[in-house]
Amino acid sequence: MKTLYDKLWEEHHVTQLDSGESLLYIDRHYLHEVTSPQAFEGLSKKNLKPWRLEANIATPDHNVPTTRGNNFNSDQIKDEISKIQVVELDKNCNIFGIKQFDIKSTKQGIVHVIGPELGYTLPGMTIVCGDSHTSTHGALGCLAMGIGTSEVEHVLATQCLKVSKLKNMIVKFEGTPADNVTSKDIVLYLIGLIGTAGGTGYAIEFAGSYIEGISIESRMTICNMAIEAGAKVGLIAPDKTTVDYVREKSFLDSETLKKAEEYWLNLKTDDDANFEKEIVIDIAKIKPQVTWGTSPEMVVNFDDKIPTPSDSAEDDNKNIELAREYMGIDTASKLSDLVFDKVFIGSCTNSRIEDLRQAAEIVKGKFVADNISEAIVVPGSGLVKEQAENEGLDKVFEEAGFIWRDPGCSMCLGMNPDQLKPYERCASTSNRNFEGRQGYLGRTHLMSPLMAAYTAINGTVGEPS
Amino acid sequence: MKSNSEGLIIDGIVAYIDRDNIDTDQIIPTEYLKSIKKFGFEDYLFDGWRYEDDGKLGVKKEERIINKEFILNNEPFNKSKILLSRDNFGCGSSREHAVWALRDFGIKAVIASSFGDIFYNNCFKNSVLPIKLEKNYIEMMFNETKDDLLEISIDIQKKEINLKQKIIKFEVDDFLIDRIIYGLDDVDVTLKEKNKIMNFEKERIKNKPWIFAND
Ligand code: SF4
Repeated sequence: MKTLYDKLWEEHHVTQLDSGESLLYIDRHYLHEVTSPQAFEGLSKKNLKPWRLEANIATPDHNVPTTRGNNFNSDQIKDEISKIQVVELDKNCNIFGIKQFDIKSTKQGIVHVIGPELGYTLPGMTIVCGDSHTSTHGALGCLAMGIGTSEVEHVLATQCLKVSKLKNMIVKFEGTPADNVTSKDIVLYLIGLIGTAGGTGYAIEFAGSYIEGISIESRMTICNMAIEAGAKVGLIAPDKTTVDYVREKSFLDSETLKKAEEYWLNLKTDDDANFEKEIVIDIAKIKPQVTWGTSPEMVVNFDDKIPTPSDSAEDDNKNIELAREYMGIDTASKLSDLVFDKVFIGSCTNSRIEDLRQAAEIVKGKFVADNISEAIVVPGSGLVKEQAENEGLDKVFEEAGFIWRDPGCSMCLGMNPDQLKPYERCASTSNRNFEGRQGYLGRTHLMSPLMAAYTAINGTVGEPS
Repeated sequence: MKSNSEGLIIDGIVAYIDRDNIDTDQIIPTEYLKSIKKFGFEDYLFDGWRYEDDGKLGVKKEERIINKEFILNNEPFNKSKILLSRDNFGCGSSREHAVWALRDFGIKAVIASSFGDIFYNNCFKNSVLPIKLEKNYIEMMFNETKDDLLEISIDIQKKEINLKQKIIKFEVDDFLIDRIIYGLDDVDVTLKEKNKIMNFEKERIKNKPWIFAND
C-alpha cells in the first residue's frame, strides 16, 4: 500500500517536530564549491563540526576550466573569482576533514556523475546536495533532492533535513522507442507534456517497460531532469540492472554487499499503492525532441513547426513571443531553418560513457560543419574520460573536429571559461535553456547527445544518420 | 521576536514582472554565484533584464548600462518591498543566492500563482515571504497595475492581503509564518533533538551497515 517514496521517507524519518515538519536522516551529502562556502562559514560561526564526517563527499565542478591538462592546481585558475571558490572548497575540506576529489584528482568530475560511479550512491539512501540536479541519484532507487545553502549547513551540522512530505506521482513509460530516440528525448517529451511546474510538490517515480529495459546511465538522464518538470525528487525502483551496476562500482566487502542486495531488490512500490497522479506514456510515438525556447517545456519534435503566438492559448502568447525574440527565431518556421554556432556534449544529464559512445557513433568518419565554430565534448568525470580514451572515443571526436576536454560542468552554465558569446546558438546536451544560462544572451537548444552530434556534423538539426 | 509591529505588516507599491516561469538563472545569473558571501547581491537581481551590458561580480550598478525600461530601475518600484509575478516563480536551480538577491534588494514578499519547490523553501530561511494566490487574483492584481500604482498591505500573521479595502486570504503553513516572524535558526532547533538523531543513527548503523562503510 506504500510507494517507494513513502517507504524511503518512513525509513529515514527521525522525528516529527512541533512545527509539523519532519526530520529526515541523511545518508549521503555531496558538496561542491558554489553552494557550500556560506554553509561552512555558518558552521564555523556556530563552532560546530560536521555531524558525521564520512557522509560527506566533495568535488569542484562548476567553476573549473576544462582545458587543464595534467598537474593543474586550484591556484592556476585564471578567473580570480572562480579561483577563490575552488580554493575555498580545498580549504574547507582540509579544515573540516571532508573527503574531496579535488581539481588534481583523476576521479574529480561533476558531482552527480562521480557519486554513483565511485560507489558512494547506494540504493535506498537519502541523498542531498546544494544542487537541484541531485534528483539524478534517484535513478538508483534513492530519495535524492537538491537543497539550498542554509540546508547544506543544516545537514552538515545535524545529519538531518527538515522537510515536509511530497505527494506521489508515477510516470509509466511503456513500449519500445523508435530509432534515434534516447532517454533524453523521452524526458524532454514528458516536460513538454506536463510543463515545468507539472511535478511541483511531487516526488515522481518513473516506471514501465521502457524503464525496466534501460541502463542506469539512461535512467540517470531521466531522473536528472525531474527537476525540470518541477519535481524535487525523481526515482526508480532498484532492480537487477541497478544491483549489477552498484556491484561493479562498489567498495563494499562481498558479505555486506550480499546482504544489501537482498534488501535493495525488495525495495519497491507495493502493487496497490496509491499515487495522487498517474501518467502513462506510449513511447513508440515519440520522435527526437529539441527545445526551441527559453524553458525546457518549450520543446517540439525535431521536425515540427516552432510555435508562434497565434497557435497557442492566449495566456501563453506572451511567453512564446518573448522566447522567440530572445532565441532569435525571426522568420524561421522549423528548427532546421536555424543555423547553429556551437555544440556542447556534456553536463550531469549527458556526459556519461553511454552518451559519449552514442555521439561518437554519429560523428565517426565525418567532419564538423563549417558554420560550427566550436564543438566540445566534456566527459562528466575523470573516470569517464579515462574509459572513453581507452575506447578511442577521444580520437573519434578529435578526428571529426571536436575538442576533447577535461571534466567539469563546462558550458552547462556560464561560470567557467566555456561560454556562449551573445547571440550564439548552441546545440546542447545539458538540461536548462534559460536566458543567459550558457552565457550572456546565448541561445540554447536542448537535445540528446545523438542529436547534438548530428547537429555538429550537419550544421543544424535533422534526422540523425 | 521582532517586537515592533512593523515586522508583521509588509506594505507599499507593488512591482511586477508579467511572465511565467521566472527561473533562478533570471533572478540572479550564474556569474554572481561565484561570491562566497551571503550578502551584497542587491545590484545583481534580475541582472540580465536590469542592465544592457554583461555584468561581473564586484562591478557596481553605477558602472553599468541601465535598462531604463525595466521596472525595478524606475521610481517608485526601485523601492518596492513586494514583487508580483505569475506561474512557477523561482523554478530551476537550488541557488539560495536568488533569495539573497531579492532580500538584499529589499523585497520582503513575492506574490505568484505558484513557485519552484526549492526556491519556496529557501525563501523562509531568509525572511522573504512567498505568497501563492489563485490565478484569478493574480490576474486582478495585474489589471490593477495597468492604469495606476497598486498599493497593498500584507498582514503576515493574519495571512491576508489588503487591496483597496478588499481582503484576500492566502495560505501558508503556520510554522513557516513563525519562521518569517521569529527568524529562528533551524540548526539550533534541530539540535534540540540531538538524542533522537543519535539513537536513530545507532539503529541504522546496526541494520544498514553498508550505508556507513568507507572506502
Ligand atoms: S552539469 Fe550543469 S546542471 Fe549539472 S551540476 Fe553542473 S551546472 Fe548543474
